[in-house]
Amino acid sequence: MSRYFTEDHEWVDVDGDTATVGITEYAQSQLGDIVFVEVPDEGKQVSKGDDAAVVESVKAASDVYAPVSGTVIEGNAELADNPALVNEDPEGEGWFFKLTLSDAGELESLMNDSAYQEYVSKL
Amino acid sequence: MSQQVQDQPMSGDPEGGDGTEELRLLPLDQWHRARGGRMVPFAGYEMPVQYEGIMAEHLWVRAHAGLFDVSHMGQLTFTGEGVEAALEALMPADIQAAKLAHPVYSLLMAENGGILDDLMLTRLGEGEVYMVVNGACKWDDIAHFREFLPDEVGMNHMEDHALLALQGPEAAAALERVVPGVSALVFMQGAPFQWQGHDLWISRSGYTGEDGFELSVPVEAAAALADAITAEPEVKPIGLGARDSLRLEADLPLYGHDLDAETTPVAAALGFALKKRRREEGGFPGHARIMLERENGSILKRVGLVVEGRQPVREGGLVLDADGNEVGKVTSGGFAPTLQQPIAMAYVPAASAEPGTKITLAQRGKIHSAEVVKMPFVPHRYVRKGA
Repeated sequence: MSRYFTEDHEWVDVDGDTATVGITEYAQSQLGDIVFVEVPDEGKQVSKGDDAAVVESVKAASDVYAPVSGTVIEGNAELADNPALVNEDPEGEGWFFKLTLSDAGELESLMNDSAYQEYVSKL
Repeated sequence: MSQQVQDQPMSGDPEGGDGTEELRLLPLDQWHRARGGRMVPFAGYEMPVQYEGIMAEHLWVRAHAGLFDVSHMGQLTFTGEGVEAALEALMPADIQAAKLAHPVYSLLMAENGGILDDLMLTRLGEGEVYMVVNGACKWDDIAHFREFLPDEVGMNHMEDHALLALQGPEAAAALERVVPGVSALVFMQGAPFQWQGHDLWISRSGYTGEDGFELSVPVEAAAALADAITAEPEVKPIGLGARDSLRLEADLPLYGHDLDAETTPVAAALGFALKKRRREEGGFPGHARIMLERENGSILKRVGLVVEGRQPVREGGLVLDADGNEVGKVTSGGFAPTLQQPIAMAYVPAASAEPGTKITLAQRGKIHSAEVVKMPFVPHRYVRKGA
């Protein structure tokens, strides 16, 4: 399984043609206390760069983009009742949604872990 | 991921905060950074929005005590014979009848009845007034005073003083150990104190709904005083983020958001700032319009809303009528840490301002249901009698 990152601080785990998407540790630390998360419904088609989810902290509302195109197969239902899970475990239990990739080639434009860490270190 | 709204330490910053302006540094700038304060632009300054996190800081203040640096606010003194009457020509306070050393809330008024700023003023003696105005408005306020006050009135901008606020149910116990005697003050009373050879002016007042104090301190003593106060076990430093959520829960409007030059004191539900003698005699800008609105009611009214669900409806959200027409707006909104639910301040048509009224809101294309509730959302805990 490989993990990819975007400049907008989403992460994507790819396992076969299934991708799991969330926001990074850096993103949650910048957002602060997360009080609301809205994830996409199963079956929703998203294109790379579309608004796919909403995350709100005490101080601000943010969109989470689809880092790759595909069809949503599951949103993380846990986050409706426990949005703070994103603060506690952003790159694990606090995942946002899973989708079936429609164009695996899109992954090539994303960063790997070391490239993302270097990107964040310069922010 | 990208922010839909500007990073908002205090429901946004009317003075920009886009990172392009020349930002000033607070006297305690290094103090904040050394304690992990995350600095953001606000009111033309780099200010700490949070240290450990807004939620934790907010709850700490409600349970214990928190120290805020509000040195961005303008501290002014006015001196000269007739200063009380001269200031009355600009605001609806009864300054001539105000008790010495007791802060009074008032409004700097525009000719159209709108509000140019809200402020606290204290008569220190005959012909001597101390005033605290909003940081984002202070330069405009100073220009306004220069233009409209008579030459006999002197004005001093106390840029050599910092302003700290210690707020929370344990504030009095903590501060009494640092500055003995402060706990004898009651809500909205001030007095001079000495601390390590420095003159302080301390009043029992604040912007959180909790008991607490505001301390005017010479810049050269500010860091040492902040150290001494935060050394008390009840006290943590608190950022602007929690200051905003605390004041929202406490029904304390924020200028530039809930109040502005187009909003009258009647619409803003600040009728208590219109003192009886001044209503009767007039003699302040906007008097005629305000009296008309008191008689007939304002078109819109500031109310508190509890929003259904968990998603906050923030400043800029729309108030809709049954046909989907925009009839009002949300001026402050967020997730209330004490209540663990979204709350807001909004201007709604006067007919919809009664507690219990259902209100429909729209934000970014989504409809939210809300209900008018009596403010404050969290009861005030001011200490009005000596312990």
